[in-house]
Amino acid sequence: MEIKQVLRTLSEASGVSGYEHNLAATVQASCPWADEIKSDKLGNLIMLKKGTGAEPRPKVMLAGHMDEIGLIITKIEKEGFLRFSTIGGFDQRVLLAQEVVVHGKEPLIGVIGAKPPHIQAPGEQSKAVKMEDLFIDVGFDSEDEAAKAVRVGDLVTLKRDVVDLQGSFMAGKSFDDRAGVAAILECFKTLAGMSHTADVYGVATVQEEVGLRGAVTSAYGIVPDLGIAIDVGFGDSPGLPESDTIKLGKGPGIAIGPHVHPKVHERMIETAKEWNIGYSLDPSPHPGGTDTYAIQVARAGAATILLSIPLRYMHTPIETISYDDVKQTGRLMALFIAGLDHEFVEGLTCF
Amino acid sequence: MLLARLTEANGAPGQEGDVRDIIRAEVEPHVHEIKTDALGNLIAVKNPDAPGPRVMLAAHMDEVALMIVGIESNGFLKFRPIGGVDPRVLVAKSVLVGAKKVPGVIGSKPIHLQKPPERERAFTMQELLIDIGAKSKEEAEGLVKLGEIAYFTTKYEEFGNGKVKAKALDDRVGCALAIRLLQEEVSFPLIAAFTVQEEVGLRGAGVAAYQVKPDLAIVLEGTTASDVPGTDEHKHATTVGAGPCITVMDRVSIPHPPLVRELFSLAEEEGIKVQVRRNTAGGTDAGQIQLSEEGVKVATIAVPCRYIHSPASVMSKEDFEGAYKLVKSYLKRLQEREASK
Amino acid sequence: MKTVIKQLTEAFGPSGYETEVTELIKTMVEEHVDEIRTDVLGNLIAVKKGAEDGKTIMFAAHTDEIGLVVTHIDDKGFLRFSNVGGVGIATLVGNRVRFANGTVGVIYQEKDPWKELTLDKLYIDIGAESKEEALEKVKVGEFGIFHREFEDLGNRLIAKAMDDRVGCAVLIEALKRVKNPKNTLCFVFTTQEEVGLRGARTAAYGIEPDLGIALDVTLTGDMPEARRMDVSLGKGAAIKVKDSSLIAHPRVKELLVNIAEEKQIPYQMEVLEFGGTDAGAIHLTKAGIPSGTISIPTRYIHSPSEMVDIRDVEACINLVAALADRDLGDI
Repeated sequence: MEIKQVLRTLSEASGVSGYEHNLAATVQASCPWADEIKSDKLGNLIMLKKGTGAEPRPKVMLAGHMDEIGLIITKIEKEGFLRFSTIGGFDQRVLLAQEVVVHGKEPLIGVIGAKPPHIQAPGEQSKAVKMEDLFIDVGFDSEDEAAKAVRVGDLVTLKRDVVDLQGSFMAGKSFDDRAGVAAILECFKTLAGMSHTADVYGVATVQEEVGLRGAVTSAYGIVPDLGIAIDVGFGDSPGLPESDTIKLGKGPGIAIGPHVHPKVHERMIETAKEWNIGYSLDPSPHPGGTDTYAIQVARAGAATILLSIPLRYMHTPIETISYDDVKQTGRLMALFIAGLDHEFVEGLTCF
Repeated sequence: MLLARLTEANGAPGQEGDVRDIIRAEVEPHVHEIKTDALGNLIAVKNPDAPGPRVMLAAHMDEVALMIVGIESNGFLKFRPIGGVDPRVLVAKSVLVGAKKVPGVIGSKPIHLQKPPERERAFTMQELLIDIGAKSKEEAEGLVKLGEIAYFTTKYEEFGNGKVKAKALDDRVGCALAIRLLQEEVSFPLIAAFTVQEEVGLRGAGVAAYQVKPDLAIVLEGTTASDVPGTDEHKHATTVGAGPCITVMDRVSIPHPPLVRELFSLAEEEGIKVQVRRNTAGGTDAGQIQLSEEGVKVATIAVPCRYIHSPASVMSKEDFEGAYKLVKSYLKRLQEREASK
Repeated sequence: MKTVIKQLTEAFGPSGYETEVTELIKTMVEEHVDEIRTDVLGNLIAVKKGAEDGKTIMFAAHTDEIGLVVTHIDDKGFLRFSNVGGVGIATLVGNRVRFANGTVGVIYQEKDPWKELTLDKLYIDIGAESKEEALEKVKVGEFGIFHREFEDLGNRLIAKAMDDRVGCAVLIEALKRVKNPKNTLCFVFTTQEEVGLRGARTAAYGIEPDLGIALDVTLTGDMPEARRMDVSLGKGAAIKVKDSSLIAHPRVKELLVNIAEEKQIPYQMEVLEFGGTDAGAIHLTKAGIPSGTISIPTRYIHSPSEMVDIRDVEACINLVAALADRDLGDI
């Protein structure tokens, strides 16, 4: 299957932080290029592609997170409506009138409702509807009926099919960060036709949206020398200053800042230039919100870098990317890895 | 003068190279092993395999600074702070930018063109730009790259009654103390970790502690003093000139109570003036070191500094010497304890 | 049971200074366990050995309580202070404070009470008439706690530091009841939870259990005009789905639900929007440890009068005891 198709499947599937097991199965089934695949205790999917260098071989860890932000049922109302809270950061204004799937005993279709405009007081429409005033309507008529199918603590995901826009642009939910996972698959596929010294651990991490939790434990387990996190970055869109965004369709953002090892940064840029892969320079004075950090500070520390796939409308069900950027990110990583040798990796601790 | 060289060297989080080079040269004659790790921590070890407690001294090399994040079409540089910086301290300062040390100034709208109410409002980071005199984006791009760092240009100077003015006293005072303390003759393993990236989330310290595996760690810091006009006495946090501070609690750690008690009684016995850090905000590398693996006994000893995280901070040389004497006495006491075993 | 809760809640143990509490617990559990030790952060670790083919379970309840630390003593002998852990300012004015040596004081506010309450406008009066007199009783840097007695209201109990001495009580009672358990049980009475789940982190690193379970209090939504929260006092043990520190491992959560169903232990599902427990630290230890939390529903958390229902406490004890003896398979 084309990896783009895999991404489509992943995007339309459900996997809120802590509940990523279905996604892991899809990723595993889509990665014939790995020598070993295993899951760790928190559910991180770890795909190992062995290198050909002399042992002990350098270890490179690639991390893209599978989990998505979602909702969680907090109460069943007498009339059968469901109240909810969030897992991960949602803008409450995005939620109104979305279709959802409630993962009860069986998946249930629902819509997010609120008081209709006709009965609102004048001026109320200029205010955002608050999360606590929203509810999910699953079509039940009573608390008893709902309680048979749904329990407090059940998860809810947004329901959205991927839309193909012009060219290679596509829109859908959870491209943050399943696009990163797709880039890892693209990297493995490209590496299959190359020789590389290092062992490569492609990790589809869990629970990034609630605090980089899967990366903390998987990095501890793997003990990489070098870590590459692949996440999404703010794409150019109206109302955002140019210096805060990276352009869609021009390749990944290559980060620079405290979370990026200077020699890795330099080599990544050289690789992009050598193979004519587009990129944007992505300075980040406030790093910390990605798996990069967790890998960097695990155990005795690792040299890390962050690659960002440009994405518009982050944390909404219409996240928009260019698939070309995903492909180029995978290719850049593969070429970077193919160029690594023992000497370069050993040099990463020499300052 | 070591502290002068250390504070005038530049080292943003992740780019501590110049500071590290000075420290490496200073400590090399006094230790048995020196290594760096993947983050750039410099770990200097005395008596690596000797019996006795593994004692770690920690001081961070990085300082707050400004990162260039954009170049405007007219050649001005857009920046964001790296570490905590109050935008109000930036107005009308001079800086050096990037590897080429390009001189620049932080400009703002002149007072003549401001309406009176505007002057009541602080400039935001977005309104401040660095002017390097470039006439176009292309000219600026030839001199400065995105992601490069702008540093304050403050000179180290001694003034007043035993005071020092410099940039980056947080935490080059700690570095200077650790360098001097490494010269003590002890029989147990004494390890100084000069850490990176403290200002962006204590990143280097945890990684360093994992490698050092200390039994006990003393974090050496420069800390906030607010003993200035307009601050009630109970909000001073620390007082410049009243001796080094011992921390009982901050945002990230409650230092090991028996160790803290011992330091207070030691200071009393040795006649060293000390003060309690009277504020629980802020964090130091102790937070990461204490929680390394199965836990580490930690203490934080700090030199009070006014105007921390600004282009010019102020400390007292006497406090600095007090901190040195306190830790030195503690090492001596440990040595005596070891010798009597 | 109530006596144990009374003794525990009335003990002195602000974060970092929990020794009085851990010493008390040690005397209570010593004779019922195979091993007992403390670590660098002061965690008390009591171990009951299990069968050869059993797993290792770490149960954690924290011994520390919120409190305050003296930051200044003025010329007239009044104390200024900062908070230790999440102290609700609205609960402070008029409340009493106790220090380790027994010194008691009252908290009050500079100007009009109840208006613009901020911590730096509050002070403690220990009845000293001068700085010198105050210094004889209290030093800058000393930690204090709320001074409040335990009250038995029948099924419901009120005390300071129910958070989390009631969790400690659950573990103490469970470890007494469990004889020859299937699994090796590490009962950890942790330190410094209120300031960032610190004790549990280093304890879990040393123990490296197969399963981590925190016992802690959780909020309820059954008071007048309370924030929406579907947990009530008296409706049983709360099995956590998530809080800010943890998304309970789905298999651990289901295991707890299954045990409760089988043994007919009253339970309720808990979704907590803020706050965290020691399980947040345990599950991120080393390469990851499947973890969950059993919560004791509690009203007025972080006030000097926290209320629990003894029937919920009993349900939690039963759940812990049943889990201790459960074949965990390949959790």
